[in-house]
Formats: sequence, C-alpha cells, structure tokens
Amino acid sequence: MTATDHVPSPVTELPFRTRVGIFLRLLAIQGSWNYESLLGNGIGFCVEPALRLFPEGIHSDRFKSALARESHYFNAHPYLASVAVGALARAELDGEPPQRIERFRTALCGPLGSVGDRLVWAGWLPFCSLASLAIFGLGASAPVVVGFFLLVYNAGHLGLRAWGLRTGWNHGLRVASALGNPVLRRGPEQIGRLAALATGVAIPLSLGRIIGPGRNLLGGVLIAVAVGAFIVVRLKGRIEGWRLSLGVLAAFVLVSVIA
Amino acid sequence: MSFIALLPIALLGGVLGLDVVSFPQAMVSRPLVAATLAGVLVGQPASGLLIGAALELVALETLPFGASRYPEWGSAAVVGGAIFSAHPQHPSGAMTIAMLGALATTWVGGWTMVQLRKLNARLARAHRDGLEAGARGTVISLQLMGLTADLARGALLTLVAFLILSPIADATIALWTMDARLSRSLVVATVASVAAGAAWKLFHATPGARWFFVGGLAAGLLILFAK
Repeated sequence: MTATDHVPSPVTELPFRTRVGIFLRLLAIQGSWNYESLLGNGIGFCVEPALRLFPEGIHSDRFKSALARESHYFNAHPYLASVAVGALARAELDGEPPQRIERFRTALCGPLGSVGDRLVWAGWLPFCSLASLAIFGLGASAPVVVGFFLLVYNAGHLGLRAWGLRTGWNHGLRVASALGNPVLRRGPEQIGRLAALATGVAIPLSLGRIIGPGRNLLGGVLIAVAVGAFIVVRLKGRIEGWRLSLGVLAAFVLVSVIA
Repeated sequence: MSFIALLPIALLGGVLGLDVVSFPQAMVSRPLVAATLAGVLVGQPASGLLIGAALELVALETLPFGASRYPEWGSAAVVGGAIFSAHPQHPSGAMTIAMLGALATTWVGGWTMVQLRKLNARLARAHRDGLEAGARGTVISLQLMGLTADLARGALLTLVAFLILSPIADATIALWTMDARLSRSLVVATVASVAAGAAWKLFHATPGARWFFVGGLAAGLLILFAK
C-alpha cells in the first residue's frame, strides 16, 4: 500500500483519551514556533495522537507520510489552530488524498489567523485586561483581580480551543462553513464595544488607585493623560508606546537623581 | 540576595516567560498577574498588584499579533514586580525605577524571543530528514526542545535582569529627590497615555465604540470623584 492510496478509516469518533491528549498538546502548539515553518511542527505534534489510530500502526508508511505532511509550514492563530488540528486529524483518518489535504492546509491558514487575531488579541484579551483593571481601580484585592482576569480570560481561551477541536473534527475538510459561526463573525465587534466601555471605566479608576489618596494631583494627571494619548495616536505607530514610556521614564529618572 | 533566594524568582520568570508564546498561553504572563505573583514571592502581593496594573496599561499596546516581534512581558513583569515589592514602603522613585527595569527587561526579552525562534529554526533544519520521513520522535523532540529552551530563556533572563537591576534600583532610590506622589503621578500619566492611545487604536473603528468609551469614562470619573 502506498501513502497516496485513499484508505477510508473506521474511526468516526475520537476516543476520549485521544481527544484529551490532543487538547493538552494544543496548549503547547507553539512550542517550536520559528520563522521558517511557523506552527508547522506544532500541528504535527498535535495531530500525532490521532494518527496513532491508523489501523496500520505508527510504524507504517501511512502514519509517517501523514505526520510528515502535517509537520510542514502552517500559520494560524494559536487558539484557532485547534480547528485545523481537528479537521486535519479527521481528513487523515478518513483517508483523504494527500493533495487535497495539502490544498486544504494552505487555504485554512489565512482565515484562522485573521479571525483569531480580531477575536482574541484585539478583542477578548484587551477586554479582560481592561475589565480587570477596572476592578482593580474599584479597590479589589490582589486575589480578586488576578482571579477574575484568569478565570474570565481562560473561560474564553479554553472554550475556544475545545470548540475548535470539536468543530474541526466534526466538519473535517468542510470546516470553512463553521467559521461563519456568529461568535466569530460578530463577536469582535461586540467585544470591541465592551472593551471600549471597560477602557473608559478602567483608566481613571486604575489611575486613581495607583496614585493613591488625595485629589490635588488627579486633575492634572487626567489632563496629561488626554494630551499624552492624543500624541500617542498622532504618532501613528512611528514609535511604540512602550519605547516611548521607556524613554520618558529614563529621562525622568535622570532628572530626579541629578536634580 | 543569595542564589537560593533568587531561585524562586528566576523559576517564576521562566514559567511565565514560557506562557507568553510556548505553553499554555493562559496569559499568566500578563503583567497584572505576573507582577502580582512576583509580589507574592517577596511577601508583598499588594505591591506586586500595584506595579502590575501600571505595567498592564503599557502592555495593552503590545498584543501578540501573528508573527510580529513584540516585547516579552512575563519575565519582565516578574523583575519589575520583585523590585517594587522589595520596597514595601513604596519610597519615592521605587515605582519609576521598577517600571523602568521592567520595560528594559521586556525589550531584552523580546530580543531573546527572536533568538529562540532562530534557534528553533536551526534545530528544525538540523532534523529535516527526520521531519521529511515523518519520524514521530523527531516531531516530539523538536517540540520539547523548543519548550525547554524557552523555559531556560525566561529563567536566565529574569535571573540576570534582577541581579543587575536590583542593586541599581536600591542605589537610585537612595538618591531620589522628587516627592513620592508626584513621581508616581508622572509614571501613571505616562502609562495611562499609552493605554488610552492603544485602546483608541484598537476600538475606534468599531461602530458605536466611541459612545461606549465616553459612557465608560463618565462612569469611571463619577466613581473616582465620588470615592
């Protein structure tokens, strides 16, 4: 038998142990991330427990050619890569032709990257961060602030990975239709609004708590923040904010120590 | 501080540096969490939270989009959190110096992440035959080598940064002349400007987000001045 033969597999459902194994590996999918194959090796690493279900076993040509194929270049958002892992595991176990799987891998990279970036990095993460800062500003203790952030953020994080794996496995090569899920399409916009609300609440409150009691400096600081934010926006990314902060604080230290 | 006393801080920096990209990306590495955990190690969680919140405001601007190069906050926040928490009376200049130390570490940390990614690529090239042959051991060992290297990177970075920056922080705080609240206000104005600018860039294109922001700001100011 050659690797290119279309070999239907009897596996219609991932055993619980395999599913858990893949899920845990998904948490380390970026473990060997590099500028050449990006997530490629990570995809192979995550799909591997499913490939062990090949009736021919792990020493067969079928296993080896599938693992080699899955370890090639791949790019996606790390959380939504679970969709690809589920779908690719299904495609391999269904014995889809290698050329079709490779075309599918190529087509999946873009959408999984952009959807994940908008939903998680530009939406969920800043929202959770700002909501936690608002709670901090209201005077909550360290365990409450940290616990809130980790619980809320990871409810979304782990839920998304689990959904992705299940959806990818259930849809196989037809998983593109699942990316039309309302949460993925409209979620970033809704989360964006909530995050904007949280920004408004969080900045003055957290600022007030960090400065400490007394109001004589607060008004001046709020005006300075408005002016500073305007400058940061007008700079349009010509210098990153953290570098700007580094420069301003370094100058401030020099003045404070030398003066 | 003895090496034994530094070990937990270095290990925490390693684990949280690992969380940034490699495992498990649960955002334990966000400054709000990382600096608080460093504060817990030093016995001052409230101080850790305070500096963590200030660092989190800056970190809002550097989100880990795609393959972009970004600063590494996990180890850096541990360094900043440990330095600030080591001065529980929050003397004048402590927050400024701790912030500066964390920002400098995050810069170096970003560079070390780039080097790690290059190392991962070199390792993958060295094992190309195994990868092309679909060798299970090669795929798994590459992943484990990357994870181990990242853990070591974070721990080493934290250890070296803390060893260098902690005595500098002590010396600088001793020379500090400006009033504590004024110093802190300047720090906060700087980081909050970055956060507000970052939030604007993220959300201004979202329909209706401006009104949500204005509503939130009104509520925030009302609560602030009512307290």
